[in-house]
Amino acid sequence: MNSFAYTRADGVTHAVAERADESTAAFIAGGTNLIDLMKENVARPTRLIDINRLPLTTITDTENGGLRLGALVTNADTAYDDKVAKNYPLLAEAILAGASAQLRNMATDGGNLMQRTRCYYFYDLATPCNKREPGSGCSAINGYNRIHAILGTGSPTGDVQCIATHPSDMCVALAALEATVQVTGPDGDRTIPFAEFHRLPGDTPQIDNTLEAGELITAIDLPANGFSKNYAYLKLRDRASYAFALVSVAAALEMEGETIVDARIALGGVAHKPWRRPEVEAMLHGKSASNDVFQTVADAMLDGAQGYGHNTFKLELAKRAIVRALAQAAKLN
Amino acid sequence: MTQQPYIGKPINRLDGLDKVTGKAKYAAEFDTPDLLHGYVVNSTIAKGKIKKINTQDALSLPGVVKVFTHENRPKLAWFDINYKDQDAPPGSPFRPLRDAKIRYDAQPIALVIAETFEVARYAASLITVEYEQVAHLSDLEANRHKARKASSGMATLLKPPPPKPKGNFEEAFNAAPHQVTAEYVHGMEHHNPMEMFATTVVFEKGRGKSGGKYTVYDKTQGVTNSILYAAQVFDIPFKNIRVVSPYVGGGFGSGLRPQYQLFMAMLAAQNLKRSVKVVLTRQQMFSFGHRPATIQTVALGASAEGDMTALYHSAVSETSQFEDYTEVVVNYGGMLYPPENVTLDHQLVPLDVSTPLDMRAPGGVTGMSALECAVDELAFKAGIDPVEFRLQNYTDRDPLADLPYSSKELRECFRQGAERFGWLKRNPEPRSMRDGHQLVGGGMATGIWEANQMPARAEAALLVNGKLRVSSATADIGTGTYTIMTQIAADTLGMSLDDVTFKLGDTDMPAAPIQGGSWTAATVGTAVKTVCEGLAKKLFKLARKMPDSPFASALFDEVVFADKMIQLKKDSLMAVSLQSVVDSNGGAAVRHTSTGFPNILKQRKYTRSAHSAVFAEVTVDEDLGTVRVTRIVSAIAGGRILNPKTARSQILGGMVWGIGKALEEESVMDHQFGRIMNHNLAEYHVAVNADVQALDVIFVEEHDDIVNPLGVKGLGEIGLVGVPAAIANAVFHATGKRIRNLPITLDKLL
Repeated sequence: MNSFAYTRADGVTHAVAERADESTAAFIAGGTNLIDLMKENVARPTRLIDINRLPLTTITDTENGGLRLGALVTNADTAYDDKVAKNYPLLAEAILAGASAQLRNMATDGGNLMQRTRCYYFYDLATPCNKREPGSGCSAINGYNRIHAILGTGSPTGDVQCIATHPSDMCVALAALEATVQVTGPDGDRTIPFAEFHRLPGDTPQIDNTLEAGELITAIDLPANGFSKNYAYLKLRDRASYAFALVSVAAALEMEGETIVDARIALGGVAHKPWRRPEVEAMLHGKSASNDVFQTVADAMLDGAQGYGHNTFKLELAKRAIVRALAQAAKLN
Repeated sequence: MTQQPYIGKPINRLDGLDKVTGKAKYAAEFDTPDLLHGYVVNSTIAKGKIKKINTQDALSLPGVVKVFTHENRPKLAWFDINYKDQDAPPGSPFRPLRDAKIRYDAQPIALVIAETFEVARYAASLITVEYEQVAHLSDLEANRHKARKASSGMATLLKPPPPKPKGNFEEAFNAAPHQVTAEYVHGMEHHNPMEMFATTVVFEKGRGKSGGKYTVYDKTQGVTNSILYAAQVFDIPFKNIRVVSPYVGGGFGSGLRPQYQLFMAMLAAQNLKRSVKVVLTRQQMFSFGHRPATIQTVALGASAEGDMTALYHSAVSETSQFEDYTEVVVNYGGMLYPPENVTLDHQLVPLDVSTPLDMRAPGGVTGMSALECAVDELAFKAGIDPVEFRLQNYTDRDPLADLPYSSKELRECFRQGAERFGWLKRNPEPRSMRDGHQLVGGGMATGIWEANQMPARAEAALLVNGKLRVSSATADIGTGTYTIMTQIAADTLGMSLDDVTFKLGDTDMPAAPIQGGSWTAATVGTAVKTVCEGLAKKLFKLARKMPDSPFASALFDEVVFADKMIQLKKDSLMAVSLQSVVDSNGGAAVRHTSTGFPNILKQRKYTRSAHSAVFAEVTVDEDLGTVRVTRIVSAIAGGRILNPKTARSQILGGMVWGIGKALEEESVMDHQFGRIMNHNLAEYHVAVNADVQALDVIFVEEHDDIVNPLGVKGLGEIGLVGVPAAIANAVFHATGKRIRNLPITLDKLL
């Protein structure tokens, strides 16, 4: 861990200004990932700008009937919030599937979006990693890649640069719910649709998301429809708790009787970002829920997937998980 | 009072309050003014040599005192013998900072010493190393053709190599109507106790050539082991060094050898003449001893009626290029089952890795995880219930050594365990039980572990305030040593627990062996009992000499120690208080020191083992492959149970470990680099609370007056030994699939 300066920001404007002055500074909220990265010497910020006192700690109603999650609301407070639990149970379940109670008490909603991959090589300075050190190579492709990506790993140059995954559970639910991310920065405020917040590695795997330099997440907006009747969050991992997803599925259905009128499927643990294919989801529109239909959709969701050895089992596992999650959401069994 | 009021009672852990309130101090928590902090730099290649190590940036940082490397390491002991410790396998022990050579990945190569931990850590990150790399070997499977016999040495005494074949395995196997041949594999595992390895050396300047005094707070499973190492490597007279380790935050075998933080802290303290603390990181906990990756082959043959006739068990495991670490993997089948035709073999493949190290139930859990799955498979082929099959092939003698067991209530373990588990409700057909998407299965396995005893010394002192203090330089790695030794001492001298203190973990105390091999209760327990009996005689002699003593004409056999008194058996009113006895000793405590020896002449005529029968229930998702262990019943025949509460906790810990070992645990090596990649507790998976459901422990009554005077067999390992095989067998019963490669992760069941 390097030596760093510390500033406690007393307001959003102050925080953004401090960051604008020092491009190598970093915001810190719960610190549940950043501190790890600093201890491993992967992150070396020259200054930590503590944003924990910013007034971004409430969950409020939005004008269009949704909810606004302040960026500094903790994961635990979000999952156990009455309105979230009632109207967005998919989100609550996804959050509670992640990390441990202690971590969820510290981790914030904004920070959850900003957490970095758990790729073993990214954390280990002894090994090459394109995400940590662009151009040094990807050790995972020919290495131990059990937790790595099977989708969206392509790059414009043709050579796969990075097979890291985004480790969040919460983000998988937020992708399915089509949340939006409110940010502010040196150039003012803007709204980022969730599908555009995280990005695929391409040939710049060092960049996780589409935030501009110095931008700060202030809130996450949930749309009115929380799919609270027909939903499932299924997380498959190497132990029952405190493990990142090998594959996770957020499934949300809008049903009229037996008929599916709207569907959302987001996958975690398979790509550099929560993985969605709206055109595949559309295949469910107007269909009656059945395992056969779900199998077709699962196959299509995994179209083009590629395994790298240790993670090749995910191709089959993801399909089975999609079928199971959709069946649970549709209350088939 | 002749009955024993404390032994056998579920006494609460006497150090529990200190531990949960933070009063118990661990090696890294000791402090002293002007303490320096060390941070270790590890190699990033697996084999080669250091061409250049650049320390200038680190040294120029304010607060950095010195960087030790192989280039400036002070001259130390030259001969290997000085670096050997009590658990050293045959070979040439690794010496940190010895030379430029890199022998394995994450080898310690430099020590940064600074005024604060933070500066030392930052400075360490500024050190750059240029290597000359050569090709490494790290893959056991790819190099198994290089397997060879292990060399023997002192360590072989406790870890006998496989005996010569008996009968004719091949002939018997070929003739057997029921046959099983299978290969079993597991990777490296690392102990990962909660407490990181740490050493705090408090240095006091001395006059003249003596070089000062060292008080060394070390995380270790044996202070005697640490002091021998430190004194010999750094050429320090024993009178100038003391090792203290009152509490250990888990060991599991990792503290059976002095780890490199002790070397580093001593090196800096001696050279700088300052107090120094070195604490390893969690990542560095993966940079030394581990359970070796092992490939096993088991072949079993049985008659049409299910009588076992042929047994073959071979193991190939990794070791380092400089020491031959061995463990007893393959012998247990020959001890437990009656075939006349037995071939056993164990070989090593030297790789560019750190030397493996005893890890809870070393060898035993490895071998039994394979053997007991093969026995299950054989029982299935013979169409016999697995419990019935084991009863049919039960032996009261150890066929391998041709000796009777000193006691063996394994039959009773099967009976009580099966009954508690509801074994007979199980439909024997694989894949026949389900609950929705969950396939349900039940499996069982046998466990076995040696009941050893070592010599140990102890001191007992009746203090001037009438209280008893007993001490021995053993350890309490969380097992309950403090508590059970206090129980034994209190009972032997008829005192209440409140009046007895047991001290351990200090080389100023009488020596005890390293705490391992499940032998501490037997070893130190016997020493404590012996020394308290010796003290009793001393006290009786003093009591006889007191004015108007009621014992003037009494013999020692005619008195009892009870209620803090010495009483005549035939008339308890004829008594002298212990307080008045010590008062008569001229204002001094009454002390006695003695050694508790194993009765080898008696013990050698028997095989002495603890046994267990483990029953496990699992659910396996038919589509997703996820395994949950819903129940485990473990029936233990472990001799006399000194404290059912701490004993149960030990067994529960073993069962939880067994869940992790069966389903989750593995240090994964990337052979591109020869480097373990999941070197943290987020990615190195052990069982968490959510993985643990109903655990049930049964202690089967077992009397044994041969193992040691207390009749105890030790419980450190036996709780684990049979658990992984029971789970793997349950997974077979649930799914019809034999997974022979641990851990059983969901991908293997898709």
